[in-house]
Amino acid sequence: MTPTMLQVTDLGHTYQSKDGPYDAIDALGFTVAAGELVCVVGPSGCGKSTLLRTVAGLIRPSRGSVSLHGTPVDGVPEDLAVVFQDYSRSLFPWLTVQRNVEFPLRGLPRAERAARAAEALAAVGLERAGRKYPWQLSGGMQQRVAIARALAYRPALLLMDEPFASVDAQTRFELEDLLLRVRREQDTTILLVTHDIDESVYLGDRVLVLSKSPASVVAQLPVDLGEHRDQITTRASDEFVELRAKVAGLLQGVPQTEPVAP
Amino acid sequence: MNLLKGTAQRWVVFVVAVALWELVTRAADDVFFPPPTTIAEAAGQIWFSPLFGEHVVPGVGRMLLGWALSGVIGVALGILLGRSRTAMAYLGPTFNFMRSIPPPLLVPFFAATIGVTSMQLPTIVFGAVWPVLLNTVDGARAVDDTKVDTARAFRLSGPQWLLGVVLPSALPKVFAGLRLSLSISLILMVVSELVGSINGIGNQLVQAQRDYDLPTMWAWIVLLGVLGYLFNTLLLLAELRALAWQPRHSPEAQSLATGG
Repeated sequence: MTPTMLQVTDLGHTYQSKDGPYDAIDALGFTVAAGELVCVVGPSGCGKSTLLRTVAGLIRPSRGSVSLHGTPVDGVPEDLAVVFQDYSRSLFPWLTVQRNVEFPLRGLPRAERAARAAEALAAVGLERAGRKYPWQLSGGMQQRVAIARALAYRPALLLMDEPFASVDAQTRFELEDLLLRVRREQDTTILLVTHDIDESVYLGDRVLVLSKSPASVVAQLPVDLGEHRDQITTRASDEFVELRAKVAGLLQGVPQTEPVAP
Repeated sequence: MNLLKGTAQRWVVFVVAVALWELVTRAADDVFFPPPTTIAEAAGQIWFSPLFGEHVVPGVGRMLLGWALSGVIGVALGILLGRSRTAMAYLGPTFNFMRSIPPPLLVPFFAATIGVTSMQLPTIVFGAVWPVLLNTVDGARAVDDTKVDTARAFRLSGPQWLLGVVLPSALPKVFAGLRLSLSISLILMVVSELVGSINGIGNQLVQAQRDYDLPTMWAWIVLLGVLGYLFNTLLLLAELRALAWQPRHSPEAQSLATGG
């Protein structure tokens, strides 16, 4: 039995808005095991980002608790990294690619920073872009820099907020495969939020389906597509098609004929 | 060749205007309007005489020191205040009021309170700090939410956040402020010396006026123009270096900077 990396218990968050209190998420509970890649999919505006931000410790939840390898999250944990959707804003335009990746490693000795950055850039196939500025790279390459920055940080948990929503379809496929390869090589634990049903099934070991706002977990579907996946054959396989239909049905609130996996 | 051509293009109007003025003043032969060659002669004598060390060096020294102090104070306060909504809510109107006072008006005040021998520096700082401060506040405020989240997610320390993220984000605005401050500093340098000072270009200008020495007056005025142009060009070059990371650091800015 693999140890639990992330435990979310009875999580709820209420925003105070002008129109009164607004529940973004409620009674959310799930766990992520070490080394697992879990995709969270939900209807747009359902509170996916709120969930991710509470897990990251960026906002304090109104109710419930989050714990990372057994330690309750109170503020941003030390060994956690986030990849945001908006790579162009998330990267620092005044730093070269190499320096962007090194930036969060300020506490470490210089040589180790450089070594880690080089290793992470190589992992995302950008070993030769270190001296360029982010704006000199394409969108997909910029997001790879953001992923490299997160990997160089060597987080126990990597959170990804719609990481591939701002790139074109072709680049998205490339980045998805890159992510699968990197997590295989580095055994990273990943929680990835997306609105894309196909993406959640293609990437995940498990898919968490959220309800409309206030979001709670409607279903958890294990994905048995194996470790090695392929954009063409995997997506054409019966299992994939069946799973994506199931997720789509759940998102639209269609009652399931068979009981969903716990 | 292109560089030569560009330089010629930028200076042709200036050269022609001076040449015309030379012809006009020679024809008019008026003591109040000395021809440029006479001014150049006076300038040659004054600029390379001990007067330069006695008057230009201390005056310009005060100006540069005053400008540098304004820069340091303005950027430091601006970065801190820009990231605090509450602080600016309290201080914003006051700052905007202070900045609205035409800086030369403070010369008589400082002359009365501090005395003419040492009032130049505070006058310059008090007048030149506002553009840097308010521009830095603007720039520091404009750090986008994704960068704020990124910085928090990577647990950046306070100094890392302020110096590594907020300051570079604000830098284009900071330079805009520094440019304004530079010209204000130069103005305040001369004005404070005109009103009363034991040395400085302004002081010499008043002397020359009392002697009706028009060529000398013009020589000092031309020197001020040269200094203003020189400092602005140097600042633009510094800005180009500091902001080289900007994707659209415009070619116009570069041609302006190398326009000398």
